[in-house]
Amino acid sequence: MPAKVVTITSGKGGVGKTTATANIAAALASLGAKVVCIDADIGLRNLDVVLGLENRIVYDLVDVVEGRCRLRQAMIRDKRLPELYLIPAAQTRDKSAVSPSDMVRLCDELRPDFEWVFIDSPAGIERGFRNAIAPADLTIVITNPEVSAVRDADRIIGLIEAEEKGPPRLIINRIKLEMVKKGDMLSADDVLELLAIDLLGLIPEDEEVIISTNRGVPVALDGKSRAGQAFRNIAGRLRGEDIPFTELEDHQGSFLGQLTRFLRRGGG
Amino acid sequence: MIRVKGIREGLLFLLEEGNWEENRRYLLKLVEEREAFWRGAQVALDSRSVVLCEEEILALKDYLSQRGLTLWAVLSDSPSTQLAAQKLGLATRLNRPPKDKVPSLSTIVHDGEEALLINKTLRSGYRVEYAGHVVVLGDVNPGAEIIASGSIMVWGRLRGVAHAGAEGNTQAIVCALDLQPTQLRIAGQIALTPQRKGKPQPEVVRLQNGQLVAQPWNAKDR
Repeated sequence: MPAKVVTITSGKGGVGKTTATANIAAALASLGAKVVCIDADIGLRNLDVVLGLENRIVYDLVDVVEGRCRLRQAMIRDKRLPELYLIPAAQTRDKSAVSPSDMVRLCDELRPDFEWVFIDSPAGIERGFRNAIAPADLTIVITNPEVSAVRDADRIIGLIEAEEKGPPRLIINRIKLEMVKKGDMLSADDVLELLAIDLLGLIPEDEEVIISTNRGVPVALDGKSRAGQAFRNIAGRLRGEDIPFTELEDHQGSFLGQLTRFLRRGGG
Repeated sequence: MIRVKGIREGLLFLLEEGNWEENRRYLLKLVEEREAFWRGAQVALDSRSVVLCEEEILALKDYLSQRGLTLWAVLSDSPSTQLAAQKLGLATRLNRPPKDKVPSLSTIVHDGEEALLINKTLRSGYRVEYAGHVVVLGDVNPGAEIIASGSIMVWGRLRGVAHAGAEGNTQAIVCALDLQPTQLRIAGQIALTPQRKGKPQPEVVRLQNGQLVAQPWNAKDR
């Protein structure tokens, strides 16, 4: 089956595009799928850092596009997951080094050999963003529950619709449950009401993400992390599984819920 | 031969029928020969039947801007060229301000006056300008703008900026099922929306004695 090309984008910077790309890709690869990630953030690359593959870069995306190496030579295989590959961005060039049609050609070359191609889009709405969405079969918009991030997500969704890429899916990242409960943070419902697209995942704020990013080990591979579980759920939903949105139930609540259910069953 | 015409908005470059490559070479020569003369000009390009893709227009725009000319419009007989120009945010008609982006719309005639029907939600960054009434079936999100010389009706939530009666019509109204605009203007008057109390309800805003007044929609007043 030819690969599905998925672009992760946000408009605003710093909302978690790269983290999400690394983790969803890692989660899918850990389930045995053949996955390749492309860092389209030329000039400001960091997907390699998050995946912990920084020191193994020899060739990059621009080298492939400009014909200095073959596609296979620029693909770095992950140490932990044999089915996960990265095509890094060039750090010493800028977005104009690659055109949208280059990206389409590159992805067409990858399609027969993989199940998933993930593209990490740069922030903004200019050339880099156009490059990233040009080959996409599916776009994922990621946002934080903050007014500024949601506003930019809305703009990006408008641009994706104008490109006739089909409706994007939404991930809401870094939700702080305590703040939502106190009414100090936008809730997932508030964000969904404004953006009006289908939800793909809810990711709770989790310090493990920062630790794992610094170490270069995707949090999705950590069985105990809540954010990791949320990313694994997203991977499952992309595979077509029907997974309920329970990411935000706090641990205690779900434990008590389980206990009550257990007791009820025991009593009945 | 490329013809150059002076128009109200600046200069109009008329391409000759044929292929773009020849036209492009001639145009570059034209510009280079009298660089100082062209500097600062606002340029519209009429490509007629010559088909241009997005990259070609972008390359021309970059080239012109390096020499101090601003390409703001591309007119064309070819729909694909028009679309490419629109994607780059360029105007495709002379009598419109540049960067006017109008999403899927159709025009209907009501009471002898033109109205624009927009059958989708306007997201942040969309700007609709229209000489007439504007009707939106959908929401107007924060960051979107509607500017109409007539009235504005939103069958949905109005949370962006709405400017009715933009050419001074004080009879224009703004109405929405849920009226929470970032900013609202009718003719020359500006109002900010106070925080909502209670449930949203359809409201209509009119200009009364130089002030914008919002009232619940009530069939009895009609």
